[in-house]
Amino acid sequence: MTYHQPVPLLWWTRRRSYVVFVLRELSSVAVAWFVVHFLLLVTAVHRGPGAYQEFLDWSARPLILVVNLVALAFVVLHAVTWFNLAPKALVVRVQGQQVPPRMIAAGHFGAWFVVSAIVAWVLVVML
Amino acid sequence: MPDTITLQVARYRPESESAPTLQEYEVPLREEWAVLDGLNYVKDHLDGTLSFRWSCRMGICGSCGMTVNGDPALTCGTFLTDYAPGPVRVEPLANFPVIRDLVVEIDDFLHKLPEVKPWLVRDDDGGVDDVEFLQTPEQLDAYKQYSMCINCMLCYSACPVYGIEPDFLGPAAIALAQRYNLAPATSAHQRLDVLATDAGVWACTYVGECTRACPKGVDPAGAIQRYKLTAAARTLLPWGKR
Repeated sequence: MTYHQPVPLLWWTRRRSYVVFVLRELSSVAVAWFVVHFLLLVTAVHRGPGAYQEFLDWSARPLILVVNLVALAFVVLHAVTWFNLAPKALVVRVQGQQVPPRMIAAGHFGAWFVVSAIVAWVLVVML
Repeated sequence: MPDTITLQVARYRPESESAPTLQEYEVPLREEWAVLDGLNYVKDHLDGTLSFRWSCRMGICGSCGMTVNGDPALTCGTFLTDYAPGPVRVEPLANFPVIRDLVVEIDDFLHKLPEVKPWLVRDDDGGVDDVEFLQTPEQLDAYKQYSMCINCMLCYSACPVYGIEPDFLGPAAIALAQRYNLAPATSAHQRLDVLATDAGVWACTYVGECTRACPKGVDPAGAIQRYKLTAAARTLLPWGKR
């Protein structure tokens, strides 16, 4: 009779890559939380100035701030690991030469930076 | 350097035990000895009942994969001196059922491998026997690393997804599928039904340990991520279907 090796409950603590993998999987909860938070914002704006102010006050609570900061950390982890993965999936050839994986990742991080800068500019200068 | 090193070897004797236990053996510590040499010393001089697989002793046959101090490794390419002063724990490959001692059951992998059709598949019926298929060095480079796979299954042992979801097609099978997908003489879309599924590439959540575990420099994690892009394009884009 064969012996089936059990997978221990804490198998993911055995290696750094396993920990990062589990944290990245968990980051989907943070992404979902930001979607919910954004929908609550849209609903508040739709209801009018009073509801919007109420939403802002609620969002400024220490508990919600901490939740949002933790969620932000998870989303950043998600984005960084996602962009680091990009060169694995994308093999681009230009004039017969393969574009180095670092360039592919750099392109993604660069695009992320540009989009973030545009959003920051809109928030700070335009509003 | 001490003269000997302790091997802690997992023993499982199904006729008398319900679970594996560790047994210690003292073996000579020699500079040129791999863990496999230590195991063979045990087998030849200390305990002839120890069971393990091996064949070529030079990283080609892929038989001697085991878990050495927690890491999947070919025991013929893992040297005892790297673990001095010891002890060295030698266990069967993780994620596989154990038949006896260090011997695991590999039927699951052997059933999955032919599912991806790891050979030249063409749309026309001409076959491959009567035709010469030319390829450029660049075309060879695109898939050559995947063809280095020796089916040692270290990547399956390193993959937590395979441990949790045994239906997962697995790193080596997908890397070999990609080897034939990228060869210019084959029709890549013929493997779509097997690869673009929940048990295929979409089961992989990119831990990346398969690539780190591979003793032959194959990048199964890369092969899987690359095929995800192919699968997405073929199934989502209207012009992707053929």
